[in-house]
Amino acid sequence: MGKKQSNSTDEFVKGLWRDNPVFIQMLGLCPALAVSNTAINALAMGAATTFVLVMAGLSVSLLRNFIPREARIVSYICIIATFVTCVDYAIMAISIELHRALGAFIALIVVNCLILGRSEAFASKNRPALAVMDGLGMGAGFTAALFFIGVMREVLGSGTLFGVDLFPGGFQTWTVMVLPSGGFFAMAIWLLLVNRIRQYQAEAEKRAGEQEAAS
Amino acid sequence: MNAPAPLQRKPTTVWQMYRSIVGIGAFCALLIVSVYQGTAGRIADNRARFLGNAIEEVLPAAHSTVEVALDANGALVGAAEPADLPAYLAYGDNGELVGAVITARGMGYADNITVLYSYSFELKAIVGHKVLESKETPGLGDKVELEPHFLANFEALDARLNDDGTALANAIVTVKEGEKTEAWQLDGITGATITSDAIGAILNRASGFWLPALERDARDFRPPQSTEE
Repeated sequence: MGKKQSNSTDEFVKGLWRDNPVFIQMLGLCPALAVSNTAINALAMGAATTFVLVMAGLSVSLLRNFIPREARIVSYICIIATFVTCVDYAIMAISIELHRALGAFIALIVVNCLILGRSEAFASKNRPALAVMDGLGMGAGFTAALFFIGVMREVLGSGTLFGVDLFPGGFQTWTVMVLPSGGFFAMAIWLLLVNRIRQYQAEAEKRAGEQEAAS
Repeated sequence: MNAPAPLQRKPTTVWQMYRSIVGIGAFCALLIVSVYQGTAGRIADNRARFLGNAIEEVLPAAHSTVEVALDANGALVGAAEPADLPAYLAYGDNGELVGAVITARGMGYADNITVLYSYSFELKAIVGHKVLESKETPGLGDKVELEPHFLANFEALDARLNDDGTALANAIVTVKEGEKTEAWQLDGITGATITSDAIGAILNRASGFWLPALERDARDFRPPQSTEE
């Protein structure tokens, strides 16, 4: 692969689609499946993860010449755990109810492989501005993926969206969608769609390439 | 082929490793303590408001509450510091004793369930319950918070003590849906058997612990200072 100078917009956009953490890289699936039973939980989890991604990326990038290779994992985990603890307190200060809904999964952001993965693979090798854009993009992609799964599960499983009843006339809810197994079903359906679209895109690109070569 | 070039990177010194690990540790400690300090007040307010709302829900007559504890002899005393599972005496608008509010915890289907429930000294019965913390299955186990026929159990769930006043006269148990015959039975929920059984077991154990002391001492209890809600 040719190495080209990437700009910060590219770093942001790649997390949304080409390298989407959930649908393409398949990272951070534990919270993606566990806390996506309602749209609002999915958004809150996505926001908390994005904050930690950005702050950890920024810190690791700023300290990249200060942290020796041998001590990098302990340093990254310490930085990530610190920001997760801060998010935990912040959410409790905003709303106890929201904190209860997200339960143990806030603390588990520490071991979300997405965050350590981006710190190790990207932030430790790039400028702070790029690391922040990468964190924002990955966070937005993660939040969007959780939100899509969450909407599907909430609408089918509870007949509501953001707690608003969508079917006042009555709707036989698919209880399985709010159960843990529903997370896998919703994830599979979205993966199917995303991969189908990517396949179309790849075919279109190939055809365009062939036409260019022919002309 | 040339011989491999000598390693470009200078070897890391012990000092560099200490510097980075201790430095990052100190910075992280500072940040966590600052955020904790900054949010502690609001978190305490939020918790108090959450608990206050919950108490109002299970015992609407409560105007003020006093947290109580049992001393080494099993006598009722004012709590020196907030407990993990607190119990409160609740007083009405004119300072009269209107009931007790007890928190209790036990194993449900997915994880521990923490409930808050109210006891009426007048009716000798449990008159309200609210689930404070639960990870029960949405749509099934969380019916103990929503199902009208289950909530109807708490109009007056018999919790009188035996003649010695040392234990419940009848153990509180959950029975199958539609098979409730006695006032101390909880009419269960089909499809949420384990969760509704757990609620019965939690109430039974906590009531066996608290009610003998509350019935014996609560009326003579003088609150050290009452907390306005």
